Amino acid sequence: MAIEQFIDNEVKSNDVVLFMKGTPQVPMCGFSGQIVQILDYLGVSYKGLNVLDSDELRNGIKTYSNWPTIPQLYVKGEFVGGCDIVREMFQAGELQNLLKEKGLPVKEAAQG
Amino acid sequence: MRTADIMTEKLTAAFAPADLAIEDESHRHEGHAGHRPGGQTHFRVTIVAEAFRGRSRIERHRMINEALAAELQGGVHALAINAKAPGE
Repeated sequence: MAIEQFIDNEVKSNDVVLFMKGTPQVPMCGFSGQIVQILDYLGVSYKGLNVLDSDELRNGIKTYSNWPTIPQLYVKGEFVGGCDIVREMFQAGELQNLLKEKGLPVKEAAQG
Repeated sequence: MRTADIMTEKLTAAFAPADLAIEDESHRHEGHAGHRPGGQTHFRVTIVAEAFRGRSRIERHRMINEALAAELQGGVHALAINAKAPGE
C-alpha cells in the first residue's frame, strides 16, 4: 500500500522522525509541541512530518504502528512512543541513552 | 453515561486496578483542534495495576489503548496515560 511504503521509507531513511500535528517551527498541538521541545533541548536533528497535511498520512501512521494517537516518535526505524512515553524517558535519562546507543549525539545539559 | 465513567468501568474490568483516576481535561483544550463543545475529548488516566508489572511503557500503553479502543475510535481525541505497577 502506498502510504505504508511512504511511512516505512521515511522512518528507515531518517535517523529521527516525528509524526506530529503542525511543524517543528509551529506545532499545532500541545502534545506534539512537548516532543519538539525535548528534541530541540537535546539538540537532536529530526524530520517532522505534519499529519494535518494529509488524512491518508494521519490514518496511515496509526495503522503502521498500531498506535491510536499522535505524536509518534521514531528513532532509527523503531517506534519509541508518544508524548507521555517520550517525556518520561527524557526525565529518566533513558531517551538520551537510547539516542547515544543509536549513535546520535545529544547535547548534554550545561554543567554548573 | 459520561465517557469517563465508561472508561473507568472498562479499565476496572480489564485490569482490576489498585488505583485508578480519570480526569477530563477537555476544558484545557478549548479552541484546539479536536475539542468539541461539551468536552469529553481529552482525558488523563492514572492507573496502578499488577497487570503492568514487568511490562514496558509501550506495552502498558498498548494494553490500555486496546481496552479503550472503542472510545479512542469514537469521541476521545487525546488520552494521557500514567500506568504503574504497585510499588513503582
